[in-house]
Amino acid sequence: MSRKVIVLGETREGQLRNVSFEAIAAGKTAAQGGEVLGVLIGDSVQSLAQEMIQYGADRVLTVENEKLGHYTSDGFAQALLAVIEQEQPDGILFGHTALGKDLSPKIAAKLGTGLISDATSISEENGDVLFTRPIYSGKAFEKIMVEDGLLFATIRPNNIEPLQKDDTRSGDVSSVSASISDLRTIIQDVVRKSTDGVDLSEAKVIIAGGRGVKSGEGFQPLKELANVLGGAVGASRGACDADYCDYSLQIGQTGKVVTPDLYIACGISGAIQHLAGMSNSKVIVAINKDPEAEIFKVADYGIVGDLFEVVPMLTEEFKKVKAGSL
Amino acid sequence: MNLYVLLKRTFDTEEKISISGGRIQEDGAEFIINPYDEYAVEEAIQLRDEHGGEVTVITVGSDESEKQLRTALAMGADKAVLINSEEDLDEGDQYTTAKILTQYLKDKEVDLILAGNVAIDGGSGQVGPRVAEGLGIPYVTTITDIEVNGSDVSITRDVEGDSEKISTSLPLLVTCQQGLNEPRYPSLPGIMKAKKKPLEELELDDLDLEEADVASKTKTIDIFMPPEKAAGRVLEGDLSDQVKELAGLLRSEAKVI
Ligand SMILES: Cc1cc2nc3c(=O)[nH]c(=O)nc-3n(C[C@H](O)[C@H](O)[C@H](O)COP(=O)(O)OP(=O)(O)OC[C@H]3O[C@@H](n4cnc5c(N)ncnc54)[C@H](O)[C@@H]3O)c2cc1C
Ligand SMILES: Cc1cc2nc3c(=O)[nH]c(=O)nc-3n(C[C@H](O)[C@H](O)[C@H](O)COP(=O)(O)OP(=O)(O)OC[C@H]3O[C@@H](n4cnc5c(N)ncnc54)[C@H](O)[C@@H]3O)c2cc1C
Repeated sequence: MSRKVIVLGETREGQLRNVSFEAIAAGKTAAQGGEVLGVLIGDSVQSLAQEMIQYGADRVLTVENEKLGHYTSDGFAQALLAVIEQEQPDGILFGHTALGKDLSPKIAAKLGTGLISDATSISEENGDVLFTRPIYSGKAFEKIMVEDGLLFATIRPNNIEPLQKDDTRSGDVSSVSASISDLRTIIQDVVRKSTDGVDLSEAKVIIAGGRGVKSGEGFQPLKELANVLGGAVGASRGACDADYCDYSLQIGQTGKVVTPDLYIACGISGAIQHLAGMSNSKVIVAINKDPEAEIFKVADYGIVGDLFEVVPMLTEEFKKVKAGSL
Repeated sequence: MNLYVLLKRTFDTEEKISISGGRIQEDGAEFIINPYDEYAVEEAIQLRDEHGGEVTVITVGSDESEKQLRTALAMGADKAVLINSEEDLDEGDQYTTAKILTQYLKDKEVDLILAGNVAIDGGSGQVGPRVAEGLGIPYVTTITDIEVNGSDVSITRDVEGDSEKISTSLPLLVTCQQGLNEPRYPSLPGIMKAKKKPLEELELDDLDLEEADVASKTKTIDIFMPPEKAAGRVLEGDLSDQVKELAGLLRSEAKVI
């Protein structure tokens, strides 16, 4: 059965997030030859429509309104419901981001449908669309489908391969008008703490520090290693609580869920709440001076030792490796 | 203030997990109040102490959930409601749970509902916003601070590490994020008192719900453990050799560099 599937494009600092391209790829699987319809909501988003098409959307609808400059559940729900009303889709996909988590249950409740949250893969079997999602803090997985009715899911970032960008693709871009009224929650201020441009949930390499880094300065060697590898720096709750770094770096159940190609955990013990945020990483390296630390149980490679010794040595080694490969 | 807390009894995910017959093995496992719901209970108690009123904790569950409700009462909640769906329903998903909770809350005078931001076992984070939508009230998720002034509410919420300052008003539903407070442990007198606090037990029938009204919208086909990873390799030898070996492995074996 071919389906019409809506994919919500999400922006960060004016750019589309990778997870939106991943959701388009998931949308292709769900659509089974049907139409994948990109949707952009904001105060000025028209210019991003083409990129959604290049990543595989067949058509893009925009809902633009000055009241949509910043995400609110009421505003975005009104915009999306106008699109749903017009298009009557068979499926809806969001990224499982702060926005997607906040908005999707509201839409599902409004439409009286099911919702599969935080899917890490999608497949098709005999016409059914099946999703896999982690449960029990990542200690197990479930394979799950929608019984009938709307196929609605959110996609965990960095798990589904986006389609190859194709600059030659073209498609229709049109706007939908929606009246945005009665916003019941008003954003007074946003305090940005995320320092640089690297979006942790989308980074390919993450060097994470825990309480073992011992101070704010202790993160310096990790930053240097991250620089050499073109990665981002993350942290455990322990490091955030001790004020060695900002909470925006926190990885885990409470913080960000990440799935990089390479995760190097330095001075992190490996509590289940931390593992919930990173155990799906493709390759995990643990550096810890305690050979009994739990983190070694999920690590592919481990070095038992002092991170202040090991991390700078690794940085030097990778510098050599990189230089050699040029 | 009429404060309601949505509380889920959860499998303590610090426990070892095993699967048999396509289900997570629950026998002998430790069950706890979902940690994010503990923040909700604590915040509700603090708000009641500041503004007066009553804290009611609600669970959709089975007989076994009484234990977690009593713990919340021992922390200081005033009343508990157990909506026991065990006899009526075999299966349920977030749609089911939210529908039942909404039905219960629909004719209550609600000022503030507090839920957890996510349950550590099911992990969807859907139930709070679904209930708010069902009741037609606004919601704010992943809050780390809340102040109530008459019917005005100021909130700080965590958005992937950034914080948003929000103003809104009652009635309202919020979901609690770590950082909101430090939940108290039940005191001994609290535990004694909890035994006498009211715990109402309801079934679907009492809520005028039929099985068909709350039938799941999703179907779990399989539950499985993560693919068994080859045992990790802890490197040995001279530290400088280990570092060289690791760099080599990441490049040639794991191919991530
Ligand atoms: C509801 C709830 C939610 C939570 N959410 C999260 C979350 O999202 N993310 C998260 O991370 N945690 C979370 N936690 C906290 C979690 O339980 C742990 O307390 C936390 O992850 C511990 O951080 P850590 O590993 O840095 O510190 P520790 O457990 O103190 O470990 C420090 C490690 O560093 C090692 N070490 C020390 N010095 C060195 C050195 N010089 N060289 C090498 N190794 C060294 C030690 O051997 C030790 O293993 C949560 C807890 C709760 C209750
Ligand atoms: C009759 C019935 C049968 C079920 N059978 C199964 C089953 O066989 N297998 C299975 O895995 N799950 C089963 N469930 C549980 C269900 O699938 C979800 O786990 C549940 O709806 C909550 O979703 P979640 O865990 O994603 O919670 P989330 O949406 O992540 O929870 C967020 C917050 O919502 C509130 N909340 C969530 N659940 C409840 C609750 N039950 N009571 C009060 N507040 C709550 C809490 O505040 C919680 O912190 C059943 C549920 C019902 C009602």
